[in-house]
Amino acid sequence: MSFITKPKVSWSGQKKNALGMTLNDYEGGLSTLCAGCGHDSITAALVQAFWELALKPEQVIKLSGIGCSSKTPAYFLSGAHGFNSVHGRMPSVATGAQAARRDLIAVGISGDGDSLSIGFGQFAHAIRRNLNVLYIIENNGVYGLTKGQFSASADPGSSNKKGAKNLNQAINPVAIAITLGGSFAARSFSGDKQQLVPLLKAGLMHPGCAVIDVISPCVTFNDHVGSTKSYAWTRDHLHASSAADFVPPATEIIVDYAAGETTNVELHDGSTIRLKKLDPEFDPSSRSRTLEYLEARRADNEIVTGLLYIDAEMPSFHDIAGTAQQPLTTFDFDQLNPGAEALQQLQKNMR
Amino acid sequence: MKPTDTSNPDHFHQVVDCQWGCPAHTDVPEYIRLIAQGRFTDAYMVNRESNVFPGILGRVCDRPCEPACRRGRVDDKPVAICRLKRVAADHKDDISGLLPTIPKHKNGKRIALIGAGCASLTVCNDLLPLGYTCTIFEALNKPGGLMRSNIPSFRLPAQVLDEEINHIVDMGVDLRLQTAVKSMRALLEEGYDAVFVGSGAPKGKELAIPGRQEGDANIHIGIDWLESVAFKHVEKIGQRVLIIGVGNTAMDCCRTSLRLGAENVKVMARKPREFFKASDWELEDAEEEQVEIVINHAPKAFVIANGKLTGMIFELMEYDIDQGRITATRVTGETFIAADDVILAIGQETAFPWIERDLGIEFNQWDEPVCAADTYQSTHAGVFFGGDAAFGPKNIIWAVEHGHQAAISIHNYVHGLSVTDRLPPTMNLSSRKMGIHEWSYSNDFEPAARRKMEHVSLVERFRKLDTEVELGFNAEQTACEVERCLNCDIQTVFTDQLCIECDACIDICPTQCLTITEDGDAVDVTTRLTATVENPDQPLFASGQLTQTGRIMIKDENVCLHCGLCAERCPTAAWDMQKSTLGIAYAGDHDVLRGMRKCGS
Repeated sequence: MSFITKPKVSWSGQKKNALGMTLNDYEGGLSTLCAGCGHDSITAALVQAFWELALKPEQVIKLSGIGCSSKTPAYFLSGAHGFNSVHGRMPSVATGAQAARRDLIAVGISGDGDSLSIGFGQFAHAIRRNLNVLYIIENNGVYGLTKGQFSASADPGSSNKKGAKNLNQAINPVAIAITLGGSFAARSFSGDKQQLVPLLKAGLMHPGCAVIDVISPCVTFNDHVGSTKSYAWTRDHLHASSAADFVPPATEIIVDYAAGETTNVELHDGSTIRLKKLDPEFDPSSRSRTLEYLEARRADNEIVTGLLYIDAEMPSFHDIAGTAQQPLTTFDFDQLNPGAEALQQLQKNMR
Repeated sequence: MKPTDTSNPDHFHQVVDCQWGCPAHTDVPEYIRLIAQGRFTDAYMVNRESNVFPGILGRVCDRPCEPACRRGRVDDKPVAICRLKRVAADHKDDISGLLPTIPKHKNGKRIALIGAGCASLTVCNDLLPLGYTCTIFEALNKPGGLMRSNIPSFRLPAQVLDEEINHIVDMGVDLRLQTAVKSMRALLEEGYDAVFVGSGAPKGKELAIPGRQEGDANIHIGIDWLESVAFKHVEKIGQRVLIIGVGNTAMDCCRTSLRLGAENVKVMARKPREFFKASDWELEDAEEEQVEIVINHAPKAFVIANGKLTGMIFELMEYDIDQGRITATRVTGETFIAADDVILAIGQETAFPWIERDLGIEFNQWDEPVCAADTYQSTHAGVFFGGDAAFGPKNIIWAVEHGHQAAISIHNYVHGLSVTDRLPPTMNLSSRKMGIHEWSYSNDFEPAARRKMEHVSLVERFRKLDTEVELGFNAEQTACEVERCLNCDIQTVFTDQLCIECDACIDICPTQCLTITEDGDAVDVTTRLTATVENPDQPLFASGQLTQTGRIMIKDENVCLHCGLCAERCPTAAWDMQKSTLGIAYAGDHDVLRGMRKCGS
């Protein structure tokens, strides 16, 4: 953290997006996380992604639970809506928010503690309902806020800051997301914005639950030798399976890859996610082969990154639940509350 | 990309735009911090070391530092550096105890200096503490040169001038007033060890158009006229005055005319405003006093009736301008403008009628002395030129720097050393870290706009010729303006071996100065920066390869606010905020006796 706030200045040559807004216009309050925290880089990548997509901050709702990760919605898009919920209960609140306001773009920020321990059940159901939310897990393998205990994503055999080994198995959120029928599963690294920003853009535009597991080193409790979620270890074992590129609607797609290497995924709004295979063994269209690939690479101590599985055609929460197109906030009171008589009529129909 | 050599003093010096832009390299951020602490005397002495005349320059400097100031690139206007200098000068205590002591035993070297202006006085300032005997020959009856004769007292009060000149004269200058040097030959025959010519550019340019001779009684050469006013030989002027030319001398002439009784003063400019030579602030001050500035009027003739000047005929000009350059000129007509007096302020030049041309002092085709740009030595080994006399009219701050450099040359020369044997500048860095998020400088950004200088009321300022117009900053203005300084000398110093590439610095940087990217050639790397390069004159900083990925850290210094957030966010202290102190060698730092000592030992 810092004592001074980030100065707001403008200078000649400062870039503006299609809305005429600068990158700084998409920032939030100054982070109080530790200096060098991976979460701050993810925040910066989100700012970059929103700015590049030229989304209006008021089009967005930020949701989170509890933990270091869940503090971060305060640090970007100060003009957006937000809800900081109970520990592990972000998906419930996101479901409610989407039911009432499907016009909003929902960003859920969670951590390995919030989603893989206390909120594991909620996480699972958000995926199987294909809830329309960009679900980011800022994964550092450690409970930073309570001073460095192993989390559910800590790899077996890795050690904590004092040298004790973790004996439990690790939950792999990407594998979980694919297994539960998720429509979008990706992994990235806070220290690789070139990969992360396009993934975030694709996730924001994906019609359904886009789970992105972002390895985000905890500089204070998990950036030591023996950690498998440190900057150095992650860089050494990073294995990019694919490169994703988000192409907005009505933009010409320039094919600059050899045929067979790229897969274009059309989204409902006319935009495209262009996926370039970096590893010949990788196949993003098949759940079973992706799971097999993930497991094989894990056995080789590699951290697979990139967009690992996508199915843009899977019905989303809105299709399944038939949510109202019109935001509930815009209904007249009489429409929203038709009165006791209408309620009795409804109940009668159900008898 | 080749890693930046930060051990070269120029690298960090260039980051301090004001200091880099100042000919004398005044340590601006350092003295602004001292003012912020209320240490006016110390601030004054920091100034005095490099620019010798802080009180004078705090009023009338041409301020090359201000257009250079980084604040002007992230805010509307630069820091009011010049005005802050005046604050230090106005509020300092007695500094006599802080001036160098003058040795009782002299070194036996006698230096003659011609003209008691800022260049000669600076040479004396540097040489007297080393035991030299300095004799200044001055034609007028007071020292100060053009600072006294050409800058009106409503901009530069006599007591400020006297005080700062006396600091030097009191060091023991043998000051010979009303002693114009008539012959260089005769002076050289007097056997001085070296001669310094600081006689300025005393010749105002003429306007040779019809009627010049006939109207002479009411046509004045600007700098001569200002001198006559300064020495009270002229105390009034006609009702209607035309000033020809639109440089800073013209501004002094028009404002002085108003104080001598003129009611209607017009400054006549040949070209449009964008081509004016006068500084913006001097134009603003003149216009505040209701001086009319008339553009696109080229003088054609003086009109004389009954042997007396009645006005001037001007050609009306029209220009085609393309990207700041005139591509075509047309005369569209003529007009007569009535006037009682005309003052010519169209430039000035050097004049050396008293230097015989067979002494070995060469002159070039424009009749300017040939002298070396860094040593100020003429083609006659023992004769040095400085100030306007050397390379034509510039400003006081340039003359001061010439004086410093000429003093080194003289010091070397009279001790038999090569004048080019000069000490290079040095650079010292020291951390400003006090604790976690604590720096020993004010790193928080002050968003306030530049403070506006208050002026004496329009009624009051014309009552007396020497009423200083600018009131100086008050305490509140000073307190705010000092915080506008970005502390560019508190450098962001990077240690590549410590970086873990967490991106924290890049994410927090408020002006997107930083990039970590793959190594490559400089042109290629430049295309991959977070923000495009806006100021190609300021070189990029490039680190060595980082340990984890072999990528490199690039910093574009152009709009860095020196807020220290990169260093605060760095978990490994790879970034640190360190104060850079430029070490400038003056004459006294050059050990000219080293050879002799070696022989003796």
